[in-house]
Amino acid sequence: MSTPVVSLRPNTRASGGRQDNKSAAEGNPSKVTVSGLNFYYGRAQALYDISLKVPERIVMAFIGPSGCGKSTFLRTLNRMNDVIPGTRIEGEILIDGQNVYSPGTDVVELRRRVGMVFQKSNPFPKSIFDNVAYGLRINRLTSGRTELEERVEEALRDAALWEEVKDRLKQSAFSLSGGQQQRLCIARALAIRPSIVLMDEPASALDPLATSKIEELIVDLKQHYTIVIVTHNMQQAARVSDTTAFFLLGKLIEVNSTEKMFTAPNEKVTEDYITGRFG
Amino acid sequence: MNQADRLRRLNSAVMTTLTAVCTFVAVGILAVILGYIAWRGIGAVNLRFLIESPQPVGEGGGIGNAILGTLILLLLSSAIGLPLGIATGVYLSEFGTGRFGSAVRFVADTMTGTPSIVVGVFAYAVVVLPLKHFSALAGGIALAIIMIPIVSRTTEEMIRLVPQSLREGALALGAPQWRVTLGIVIPAASSGIVTGAMLAIARVSGETAPLLFTAFGSRFFSYYLDQPIASLTVQIYNYAISPYDEWHAQAWAATLVLMSIILTINIGVRILTRKRF
Repeated sequence: MSTPVVSLRPNTRASGGRQDNKSAAEGNPSKVTVSGLNFYYGRAQALYDISLKVPERIVMAFIGPSGCGKSTFLRTLNRMNDVIPGTRIEGEILIDGQNVYSPGTDVVELRRRVGMVFQKSNPFPKSIFDNVAYGLRINRLTSGRTELEERVEEALRDAALWEEVKDRLKQSAFSLSGGQQQRLCIARALAIRPSIVLMDEPASALDPLATSKIEELIVDLKQHYTIVIVTHNMQQAARVSDTTAFFLLGKLIEVNSTEKMFTAPNEKVTEDYITGRFG
Repeated sequence: MNQADRLRRLNSAVMTTLTAVCTFVAVGILAVILGYIAWRGIGAVNLRFLIESPQPVGEGGGIGNAILGTLILLLLSSAIGLPLGIATGVYLSEFGTGRFGSAVRFVADTMTGTPSIVVGVFAYAVVVLPLKHFSALAGGIALAIIMIPIVSRTTEEMIRLVPQSLREGALALGAPQWRVTLGIVIPAASSGIVTGAMLAIARVSGETAPLLFTAFGSRFFSYYLDQPIASLTVQIYNYAISPYDEWHAQAWAATLVLMSIILTINIGVRILTRKRF
């Protein structure tokens, strides 16, 4: 039984690892730089003058009550809001120094670099293998069957799913459990080797065991990827992230190191939210 | 158990019985029709009936040419109508959001309600008159025109049922829109699209009116698209209005054959396209 191993895992190890990584992360160059971002759904403004820097190879968490704009903001980073009619954006988002919203930006290429995992797992109605291979195939990232198989295995290993599915790669993705499906979606996003992974409440529909697997995974992924995660679960933000940003009513209230955010935040409203006085 | 509980249970029992009876009546009528056709038709069905062409009264003969003709007409109309209908449906659901989309939708709905004989007259005017004779092609086009709105509307509805999250998942992997539609959305809706196509094929295989002055009918085997061609429905119609008992029996048998063909196509397509994932 692996259950007790996970739940009895000593706390010190996880928090110790986080602090090490954080001190290393502070000097990291900026991966994403957002300045003066306003966002509108039709006439309704959803984001107000957001400015934010995400350093390379850290986990940044977005917290805030429902409808505060954190998912909307996340989706501006890979231009997923483009598919919603009537949306409008002002301001600037630089990823690796390139303006995401400049007319010359190739959206397809951008999304290849900025991967995304959604709140509800959304495997394609294909086999497990074909799900992970999809991004590799459409972007022609591999030459030949052997390389494709290697990259699929690598992605499934990165998502900590390989051991569970290696004997049934040809089966439908829907034969997997909810937690496995979400890790499959993570593997699918990792397969094309993005440099940033956006996660929109990736564990909100999962049980505690599956959630802890995903959280461990996020901490591991930080070595190679920059991760931005939206979460409703403040314990989760505290467990996995190095930096936390707090959103309220479309405004960015505070960005701080996670440790400071949850012990001595700068803003009064942040403290009220974190201690559960509202929201 | 108090009064309210007893009333609720009684209510539930009455309603359950009512729905069961209604279902039984609906399915029962269908079963009676099928059974009656089988009973009246089976007597005249034999191998020679299935492969021979019609003969004068009293000399037997069969409906082989009409079976071939119906299959050719169905193939022809499917080849024209299904791609057009499916493409229209995909357009309407994925891209047709504006005013033009609403206009197309309205036209499709109107076409669904158009009497099929009107479609026949139309095909007569635009295909038969310029070519100066009846032809299988004209019949196929008339049937295709009937298929297009049925297929496009069901395709549209089925594609709308594909969750938006699936599209976003593919877009987030760097897939361009057309690959998302072709590689993810259409396969996800495939069983629904197939159902729509089957509905359309079943509908047109029973059509007589649009064939009367397009494909016209023939008493000989023919596979030329520019010549008149026989079909089961027209053959059934001609035999049924004739004064001969022998032809009446053959009309019943031909009806049974037509039903069996539709059933076979349906089952065949279901097996070929059954969901693998």
